[in-house]
Amino acid sequence: MSRISAPLRRHLAAIRAMLVFTVILGIAYPLLVTGIAQLAFKNKANGSLIKNASGQIVASSLLCQQYVDKSGAALPQYFQTRPSDATNSSNSSDPGCNYSYSAGSNLGTDSATLKSTIEGRIASYAKAYNIDPTKVPEDAVTASASGMDPGISVENADDQAPAVAKARGIDMATVDQLVKDNTTGRPLGFLGEKYVNVVTLNLALDKAHPFAAAKS
Amino acid sequence: MSDTWAGLLQVAALVLLLAVSYRPLGDYMAHILTTKKHSRVEKVLYKTMGVDPEADQTWGTYLRSVFAISAVGVLLLYTLLRVQHHLMMALGMPKVNADLAYNTAASFVTNTNWQNYSGENTLGYVAQATGLAVQNFVSASVGIAVVATLIRGFTRNRTDRLGNFWVDLTRVLIRLMLPFSIVFAVILVACGSVQSLGDHMTVVHTINGDQSLYTGGTASQEVIKLLGTNGGGIFNANSAHPFENPTAFTNLIEIYLLLVIGFSLPRTFGKMVGSHKQGYTLVSVMAIIWVGSLIFSTFFETHHHGINLADGHAALEGKESRFGIPASTLFMTSTTLTSTGAVNSWHDSYSPFGGGAAMFNMMLGEIAPGGTGSGLYGILILAIVTVFIAGLMVGRTPEYLGKKIRPTEMKYAALYILTTPAVVLIFTGLAMALKGETASISSGNLGPNGSPSPHGFSEVLYAFTSMGNNNGSAFGGLSGNTHWWNTAGALAMMFGRFLPMIWVLALAGSLAKQKPVPETEGTLKTASPLFAGMLLGTILLVVGLTYFPALSLGPLAEGLH
Repeated sequence: MSRISAPLRRHLAAIRAMLVFTVILGIAYPLLVTGIAQLAFKNKANGSLIKNASGQIVASSLLCQQYVDKSGAALPQYFQTRPSDATNSSNSSDPGCNYSYSAGSNLGTDSATLKSTIEGRIASYAKAYNIDPTKVPEDAVTASASGMDPGISVENADDQAPAVAKARGIDMATVDQLVKDNTTGRPLGFLGEKYVNVVTLNLALDKAHPFAAAKS
Repeated sequence: MSDTWAGLLQVAALVLLLAVSYRPLGDYMAHILTTKKHSRVEKVLYKTMGVDPEADQTWGTYLRSVFAISAVGVLLLYTLLRVQHHLMMALGMPKVNADLAYNTAASFVTNTNWQNYSGENTLGYVAQATGLAVQNFVSASVGIAVVATLIRGFTRNRTDRLGNFWVDLTRVLIRLMLPFSIVFAVILVACGSVQSLGDHMTVVHTINGDQSLYTGGTASQEVIKLLGTNGGGIFNANSAHPFENPTAFTNLIEIYLLLVIGFSLPRTFGKMVGSHKQGYTLVSVMAIIWVGSLIFSTFFETHHHGINLADGHAALEGKESRFGIPASTLFMTSTTLTSTGAVNSWHDSYSPFGGGAAMFNMMLGEIAPGGTGSGLYGILILAIVTVFIAGLMVGRTPEYLGKKIRPTEMKYAALYILTTPAVVLIFTGLAMALKGETASISSGNLGPNGSPSPHGFSEVLYAFTSMGNNNGSAFGGLSGNTHWWNTAGALAMMFGRFLPMIWVLALAGSLAKQKPVPETEGTLKTASPLFAGMLLGTILLVVGLTYFPALSLGPLAEGLH
């Protein structure tokens, strides 16, 4: 050992240290946490997945989906999520909520692009749900940070409810009840904001009042 | 409950958690950094590394050890990213480009965690866990090791020996970072964060067709990303992504994690120098800056009228519905006043003054409470500058904690103060002068003739402020994944990390050599509200004003127009 120069010895120690720490912190640690997670919280650890009657995974309750047709037009029988900028930029017809491209718009408040985008959203929301343009909920016309946000404000859900009830041919009380069932209050009563989970709400609607039956 | 009360209670809950942790965690860290006993596991580790745990190093040797592990870290991470397609659980991701791999390696080793890539479509699970997460652990612990050495500079006398880097690093990793991470990772999973490993992504059959779901070791990496004030997200959307930060409760836990070491280190300092009041003085200055900045940002976000929008509709752009404005600004303030840089909302879409505050927080040098270790050594340098200025005023040789602040010490402190602003402003100027490089500003933030708007300039200024201060958050509209930005960014991050470390360790060496001066009637009391006020003033004037011209071209021009 004594014949090795000090700088060389130091770098050999650094290499060995990094390798040892990689084994402990990069392999053993995540495996241990994964083990505990999979044993104790299997569903949550795998992404809070929801299966349909035939056992197919159809959603994660934590991630938004777009309820639109092939041309990108909103399907009236569903509640709509917030605008999402999580799109694959090489696919111009990507409607958003793309699980592989979480992102926000990153547009600043003096951006002309943001201005025209939001104005366009206000106009179409006001028209679709017959709302005064000055009363359009803010969350309905702004893109979320992650592009994965499954939540909308309670006002936003209330604005959309009549249109959904009409499209499905069911009464408002039923829709209101489902909205209520899928509303999450502030954790501990004061953390964050209250929101309605659009993904679980739409699944509950489909389960209780399938759209195909409503059409007849 | 009204929104205002909920917002206030949210802050109160966080402050309570931090206050409760201050003493036990601070004392525990002091114990780790001073005890003579090695645990059995640590003895095995020292043997495996081939280091002598009893060797006491000079500041030069200590610094060279920091450099050695950092150099090895960059090379190892770079290699891992370049060969990731051959590794297990690569999910079909190709190897990372050379310049991006270099930028990412520099970014994670310097505790910056600037991301020019998007995790879920660039990296396999193994590259994330064994590459990025390991650097999250190590870079954070290196910061604590360096500040321990500076504190020893005050506590030791007439010696050139300042401790053993390998021992400091190993203890912080094994006794602090690892157990904390295990506990909080399990808490995050229990609240909905994901943690699974597999060779394929889960397929979800959505209304719009099948989608692949990226999960990986998210919770385990999320915890150390915050605890170590790193900030590099598993996903592109970082802590805004529901898999990283599923509820407003996890949001609170995550903010706690990114602040707790920084806010508890002054206790460690007080304990090691034998005066808890010294610790309270520093932590009170940190807390005042944190609260002030939080009030400022929250005010501008809640009174946000979206410059262009007559009826005000833009405040939730880039924010999540489950967090809303108060929980977003709380995260934003905390992440930019530490060196974390994780985000739960996009700073680019904040109001001009809200986004400007994020920038100013970083410009203060991230000292309230700052990164793990780096925050405390930052504020200690400013405390030295403060006693120097006070000494000039009364014509006495300045002293701090029984050590004279002589020209040698002041030279190192001055170099520290100048390094980061120089890195930030020179690189920003360079980027703005190069026509090809301003093209990276997001097109929506360019003016009508293609020249950057004030907000476009802010994207560039924010980028180098973040990289120079090793923060890692961004005005994300900037497309940084180009040859020039990857290379310039990596250089800015390394200058911003390692040059200040040289000055800090050299300062520690010069302090330890001195013999202590006894305290007299005329000695400035550095554990007092008066000193806290002077320190606060020094921070705002000396550091803040350096950036005033640059800020006036960006956020101030935008907000006042």
